[in-house]
Amino acid sequence: MNLDFSDDQKFLQDEARKFFDKEGGLTNTRKVMDESLSHDEALWGKVLELGWTGIRIPEEYGGLGLGHLELCVIAEEIGRALAPIPFSSSVYLFTETIIKYGSEEIKKNVLPKLVTGEIVGTYAVAEDMSAITESTLSCAVEGDSVTGAKIAVPDAELATHAVVLVKGTKGPELRLVDLNSDGVEISLQKNLDKSRSFYKVAFNNAQSSLLGDQGSGWESHVHIMDQAAVLFAFEQVGGSQQALDMAKEYAMERYAFGRQIGSYQAIKHKLADMYVAVTLAKSNCYYGAWALSSESSELPLAAATSRVSATKAFQLCAKENIQTHGGNGFTWEYDCHLFYKRSKVLSLNLGSEASWKEKLVSAMEKTNTLN
Amino acid sequence: MDFNDTPDQAKFRAKCKEWLDSNAKLKDAGKRINVESNLEELIAKAKVWQKKKYDAGWAMLHWPKEYGGINATPIERIIWGQEESKYDVPGSIFEIGLGMCGPVMMQYASEEQKERYLPPMAEGKEIWCQLFSEPSAGSDVAGLRSKAVKDGDEWVINGQKVWTSGAHYSDYGILVVRHDPDLEKHKGLTFFFVDMKSPGITVKPIKQITGTAGSGAGFNEVYFDDVRIPDSQRLGEIGDGWKVAITTLMNERLAVGDAKGADVNEALSLAKDKDDFGQLMIKNQAVRDKLADWFCEANGLKYTKFRTMSALSKGEAPGPEASITKIVSANKLQAIGNFGIDSGDMAGMLIDEEDGMSSFQAAWLGAPGLRIAGGTDEILKNIIAERVLGLPQDPRADKGLPFKDIPSGK
Ligand SMILES: Cc1cc2nc3c(=O)[nH]c(=O)nc-3n(C[C@H](O)[C@H](O)[C@H](O)COP(=O)(O)OP(=O)(O)OC[C@H]3O[C@@H](n4cnc5c(N)ncnc54)[C@H](O)[C@@H]3O)c2cc1C
Ligand SMILES: Cc1cc2nc3c(=O)[nH]c(=O)nc-3n(C[C@H](O)[C@H](O)[C@H](O)COP(=O)(O)OP(=O)(O)OC[C@H]3O[C@@H](n4cnc5c(N)ncnc54)[C@H](O)[C@@H]3O)c2cc1C
Repeated sequence: MNLDFSDDQKFLQDEARKFFDKEGGLTNTRKVMDESLSHDEALWGKVLELGWTGIRIPEEYGGLGLGHLELCVIAEEIGRALAPIPFSSSVYLFTETIIKYGSEEIKKNVLPKLVTGEIVGTYAVAEDMSAITESTLSCAVEGDSVTGAKIAVPDAELATHAVVLVKGTKGPELRLVDLNSDGVEISLQKNLDKSRSFYKVAFNNAQSSLLGDQGSGWESHVHIMDQAAVLFAFEQVGGSQQALDMAKEYAMERYAFGRQIGSYQAIKHKLADMYVAVTLAKSNCYYGAWALSSESSELPLAAATSRVSATKAFQLCAKENIQTHGGNGFTWEYDCHLFYKRSKVLSLNLGSEASWKEKLVSAMEKTNTLN
Repeated sequence: MDFNDTPDQAKFRAKCKEWLDSNAKLKDAGKRINVESNLEELIAKAKVWQKKKYDAGWAMLHWPKEYGGINATPIERIIWGQEESKYDVPGSIFEIGLGMCGPVMMQYASEEQKERYLPPMAEGKEIWCQLFSEPSAGSDVAGLRSKAVKDGDEWVINGQKVWTSGAHYSDYGILVVRHDPDLEKHKGLTFFFVDMKSPGITVKPIKQITGTAGSGAGFNEVYFDDVRIPDSQRLGEIGDGWKVAITTLMNERLAVGDAKGADVNEALSLAKDKDDFGQLMIKNQAVRDKLADWFCEANGLKYTKFRTMSALSKGEAPGPEASITKIVSANKLQAIGNFGIDSGDMAGMLIDEEDGMSSFQAAWLGAPGLRIAGGTDEILKNIIAERVLGLPQDPRADKGLPFKDIPSGK
């Protein structure tokens, strides 16, 4: 039994934490928000220098050739720092799809450039304000040309390429599209968290290449979502922990009625509830990390469990952190709202809590493995 | 990161399994629970099982050999626990003795006493109980009032304990009492162990919300009327009672842990084969939502335990994660019990004439006690807030006062 990260992985996590702190922590998030930027360019550049976009990319394509566990520890720190960079889109979603479903030629062309940052990727799924299904998918491919529109696509302006979920003649397909090619139009969409950017991407006979097999695109998509769910969940746990730490610190310093507010049970019990939620989420994430890194058949169950648990924890911690801060928590100046907004966006990025609960129960019906 | 046993652990697990297979039957999920089963029978069965384990070295495997253990490592103890919990074996009546009284005896009793009392405790020949709570001292157990007055080589005890689980069938008990009400409340306490057959002790079973008194897990009032305890049965110094009690309560938190009973798998099985509103319950979105939440909680606790095990495996001290176990599992048990009962709609409250209560009914009826025993939800949240998160203590109305001057109510 060793449900823990290795010393090397813990070291990497520690380095990641120090790195984000040194680079300015939440001031980067604020800058992106206040100046309406798409991302923090300088921070992204340094992340590229560290080689983190290539963590999972095999050495033969210029990457570090490490595993998913290394990605998990970095995800937790990105979540803690609310780092305003396209890491989740480009790494957890796009890069993983290329590694898993790209042809040799695509891998050769794309993977080395993901390491250097010449290529930044994203992943396009949503088409309207509801959860997409195999049968509602409307963006379509004919031959190799894609037509239709995707919305709420993260980081599409910076991204050079996208994996697009489309309807093909034999069923759903995953398609690789160069976003600078003809027939692609990108427009910014306003969203609740200004430290992250989302776009409408319209395709009009845009050229594309097939990823994986025709007809099995939905299964591939689901698998990529499951993998990413674990990584997003680590970001969410990092964010929850940080929101709890903030609330704790404030509760120690703020006095009301002659006492630290942290000495009132209403606040203590609130923070204890947050601690319970974070602990459950973290333990579920460890299970998710194990399933992800060992390519277990339990991944669908483990991913949904991590995801639901972490979504609940982050949303709880973020909202109760505001509450603990009283009037200050409702100001732009205090950082509480940064966590509140990120917790919402992260909870939606791969599909809502309800949709992941649905996946969780479906997986339970099939496996029933808790004992 | 892996779930595999080391080769040594795997060997040990196989040994546990082999012995359990030839001495017990695997659990039968969804079995109905008859809470009114006969006490003598229950005790007799539990004693037979305990003795069997003892003879084979499993009873208190982490104890030293001289007291009936096999010097097992913490991780081996957990492995044994995991394996044993898969079998349908009698439990509970020794938990307090072995989980709380044993460790305190191990730490504070004389060598001679350890040799005399620990092996029969492990063997199940002698049952122990914990005499801490009093009518005016539960959460605030240091507020207890039972008196100890020194008389030569003996102490004379007067007062009342309450909620003492198993006092009605126990041979010995551990006891905290006040030897000096003029001292501050935590300083005037002293700790003993006592023969429950001593003259002057009266045990009166309390009828619980289950409607039974003197049942297996039942609690009691225990009256002390000029009970004499030799000074040699004092554990720790005079005035060290609180320190010794805290050691016990720490062990209690580890021992109590996971609330046993109807779980998410049982709720899932129910939902999979029961109709509701003309369709299987599992098709109902509200049901699915609850199953997902319970699974996240149960799974989160399971892997929290695995994280603790991993730390132990590496010889590290486990983190504070385990502090969430009781609070999460007792509340989940109550909710799952409620869900199972409600599935019977208008007839959900009916108890089967032959089979007794369903596991959901038993869970629902037992869970309120679990949310109180061994530290209430509120006290556990205080502990998480103060000890784990480091928030300030509540201001105290009793700080620095001699015990006799502290305000008291009902
Ligand atoms: C949108 C908005 C509009 C407002 N408009 C006005 C206005 O027009 N005029 C005006 O005068 N004020 C206004 N306020 C201020 C508002 O009344 C205070 O923010 C509020 O009373 C909380 O006080 P605080 O911000 O100092 O938080 P604190 O009092 O510092 O509270 C911080 C946290 O501690 C908790 N806490 C404090 N004391 C206790 C206790 N005894 N027991 C348990 N928990 C405790 C609080 O519940 C909170 O969670 C406004 C606030 C907001 C958010
Ligand atoms: C099934 C069962 C078995 C038991 N077995 C034993 C046993 O074997 N031996 C033994 O010694 N005791 C035993 N107990 C007693 C148990 O430890 C106490 O009941 C428990 O500690 C609570 O004490 P109390 O009943 O006096 O409630 P109180 O302490 O009076 O609490 C009443 C309510 O007030 C709340 N409260 C109290 N203090 C605070 C605070 N500081 N902050 C917030 N809320 C507070 C509590 O959470 C609770 O909700 C058992 C209890 C049960 C239910």
